[in-house]
Amino acid sequence: MPEVKVENVSKKFGKGKIVAVDNVSLQINNKEYFSLLGPSGCGKTTLLRLIAGLIQPDEGNIYIDRKLVNNVPPEDRGIGFVFQTYALFPHMDVWDNVTYGPRVKAWDTQQSNKIGREMLEMVRLYERSKAFPQELSGGMMQRVAVARALSAGAKLLLLDEPLGALDAKIRLELRYDIRKLVKDLELTAIHVTHDQSEAMAISDRIAVMRKGRVLQVGTPQELYMNPKEIFIANFVGESNFLEGYVGSVNDVGAVLELRGKLRVKVADKNKSLGERVVLAVRPEAFDVEKGRRKVENAMSGQIERVRFEGTDIRYEVRLENEDMVVVTRPTLAGEWFDVSEKVTVSFPPDKSFVFTYPSKGLREELVAE
Amino acid sequence: MSSKPTVRYLTYSVSVGFFFALILIPPILGILLKWNEVGQIFENPSLQSRALAAVYASFGIALFVSLIDIVAGLPLAWFIARGKSRWLNALDTLVDIPFILPTVALGYSLLLFWSKPEGVSSLFGPSLISQGWLLVILLHFVFSYPIIVRVMVGALLDYQMVYEEASRTLGAPPFTADRTVTLSILKPSLVSSFILAFARSISETGATLMVAGTFENGPVFIAHARAENLGEAPLVFVSFVLIAVSFMIFAIITALGPRLKLSSKKVWPLFERRLSGSNVAISKNTITIVIFFLVVLLPSLFVALPAVYAISNGTISQALSGTGIWQGYWQSLILSYFVGAVATLLNTLIGLPMAVLIARKRAGALPSTALDVLVNVPLIVPSIALGASMRFFWSNFAFVPEIVLLVFAHISITYPYFVRAMASAVERITMDLEEASRILGARPFSLFRTIILPLTKYSLFAGALIVFTRSVDETGATVAVLSKESMLKTVPVLLVGWVNPGGTPTATASEIGLGIGFLVILSFAVLLVMRLTVRGKERRY
Repeated sequence: MPEVKVENVSKKFGKGKIVAVDNVSLQINNKEYFSLLGPSGCGKTTLLRLIAGLIQPDEGNIYIDRKLVNNVPPEDRGIGFVFQTYALFPHMDVWDNVTYGPRVKAWDTQQSNKIGREMLEMVRLYERSKAFPQELSGGMMQRVAVARALSAGAKLLLLDEPLGALDAKIRLELRYDIRKLVKDLELTAIHVTHDQSEAMAISDRIAVMRKGRVLQVGTPQELYMNPKEIFIANFVGESNFLEGYVGSVNDVGAVLELRGKLRVKVADKNKSLGERVVLAVRPEAFDVEKGRRKVENAMSGQIERVRFEGTDIRYEVRLENEDMVVVTRPTLAGEWFDVSEKVTVSFPPDKSFVFTYPSKGLREELVAE
Repeated sequence: MSSKPTVRYLTYSVSVGFFFALILIPPILGILLKWNEVGQIFENPSLQSRALAAVYASFGIALFVSLIDIVAGLPLAWFIARGKSRWLNALDTLVDIPFILPTVALGYSLLLFWSKPEGVSSLFGPSLISQGWLLVILLHFVFSYPIIVRVMVGALLDYQMVYEEASRTLGAPPFTADRTVTLSILKPSLVSSFILAFARSISETGATLMVAGTFENGPVFIAHARAENLGEAPLVFVSFVLIAVSFMIFAIITALGPRLKLSSKKVWPLFERRLSGSNVAISKNTITIVIFFLVVLLPSLFVALPAVYAISNGTISQALSGTGIWQGYWQSLILSYFVGAVATLLNTLIGLPMAVLIARKRAGALPSTALDVLVNVPLIVPSIALGASMRFFWSNFAFVPEIVLLVFAHISITYPYFVRAMASAVERITMDLEEASRILGARPFSLFRTIILPLTKYSLFAGALIVFTRSVDETGATVAVLSKESMLKTVPVLLVGWVNPGGTPTATASEIGLGIGFLVILSFAVLLVMRLTVRGKERRY
């Protein structure tokens, strides 16, 4: 059964000047839906192509099913690959595309036909067997691409931004379809995406990548609730960042001193006294109340901008210490506020993260490219 | 092109008018005007069988050479397009050499290399390959080889690798992926490179004359018949058959091409897997490169040897002082370059609107497609037939000075190259760019000047270059369009006279080598100047 192990793998391009994948190690379990998540240019697609054998690593080893596959060509790795542009062969109809795998592997015709039919019925496109790719909608092409990738019996499905080229609504629908299919067929899937909500919605585990490195691997909940790095706190979900120092540390947490002598309690007790830190609080972790209130971690300020986003309302609040925080509140719960209204925002100490101040500066740490 | 609709229509109509009056109708109508003389062929059985044999030879050689070209050229194109070594750039440039060399230079070079004692023959006795059909095949292979490689390298570079990768991930070994996916997708380019090679082989005259000896294909037969004073019948008959059959062949290919299926259904896994091995790839590449160097490049460049010898034995000082046969040589050279320059200029003027008309379907869908097909007609007319036909045509309708006739013939022969290059370049510009420019306020003429021209200037350069080289290089039509007594002799015609294929050469080997050498050096110089001019413009944009 396919499990994938990537061991200290590096890949450079442009005569070694561009490090696309930098000493990456990963373990992907059998029957797991695993995502590689990161901004464009982070090396996630390169890593997927390395696993597929479309390119060879400069260093390190790749194992599929516990077998070292560094020198195994893609056609012998037992994989299915769904390309971002689908790569449906334009000179073949849907049927010939889907049965291409069995055909080049010279399976007997009856078996090929049976599989072709099964796969097309599975993606609900058997009636369109005679259509050519250019005659299909984006969503249909995507489904044909998945059917084709699975028709040669692959148990390991590699998906390179498989939903990237689709309309928003169809993208939402199809992502659950793909997950269901992978789970029904008991496949292992590795899914590359730059869309964090997509990765969160469908993955068992996610590896967040940046600049060729894997920053953190975990379940969607772990990444959201316990990001290990400032970049992840911002890229998986969203965060406000406030700079400050550790004022005191005790048994249950610490007190941070932010700009303008503003003091807040946090649950993190692993930072040392006097250390320069960055406090991260998610917009949805804030509570907002009218006027000046005496509550835990209260920060007073004035609403500077209001944006209605449907499900949520988004407030930009200028604090009295001149820092700006973004707060989101569910539209249908609680009261609404107006521009220039004085408010108090607050957050529970255990719903915040504290990071050591990055040596290259906060701004540099947040850049997605 | 211009802002006022009337000016625009006028530009397009003048361009279309010139095309019909100068380029399309004279080469075809001229032959039909002499149709009543064709009976002579059927009254003379030996002449008839000679004519038919020549026609068969033309088609046989064109077909064989084009197929061999694809078999030998495709692997080289693949090697150049897919390889990573930077030496491939040099190889890529070397491929163009037989294309830039004037075909008469190529013909003489091959002749020296394969059948004269100066060449490889010195190793094997009197003559390894004497003048005749085998040498004609070698020659046609050499001059059409760069066409195939050039077209296929371009197609392979444009090709999206993702299809091949998809095929590999589905279980196809490299050979199977190439065969069932890549080749099928590149089929249109394969077909068009085949047509180009085929047409070139059917119509080439000058170099073929040099290497043919007593062997006759269509154009050689026409030339011989002219020399033997056999009247116009052989020319009319052979030209008519060559044009009609070529036209039919191209019509069939154009109609059936899209439906022609390169088999992608059958797969022989074990066999193809073996063919995908790296040993096979290495031996394939080695054979390809050996063929390129030994059969294409070395014989093409062999003419440099007598040219170098000419420098040491004093021929060069005679040449530069312009004494003896050199006086005529320099006059011919000036004439060749003058005609080439005029043909290039006129083709640019009347060809540009036509290219836009075809690429943007400005005349409506059906008429534009019709024009697209008709533009290619001069390509398939054997050049000697085209020249003769033009002479018949104009002598019937008006008095046209010989020098003008010469320019007409050269325009007609080179027109398709220019229009094809420009039309496909304009087609590559997406309509979005044009629309964006219009919305930003550009009128049609400034749109052309600020968007289309800058984006297509490489193709404009390439088109102009082909027109110029083909014109300077042209032999068949030049001989035929002029009367036998004419004083006008372009360089290739003069050089064929020096080599005097039927009899003994009228000049020494060093003189011929040097004469060809000057022509080659000047061709490269023109190429260089044009390249630099385009670079200069590039900086300004």
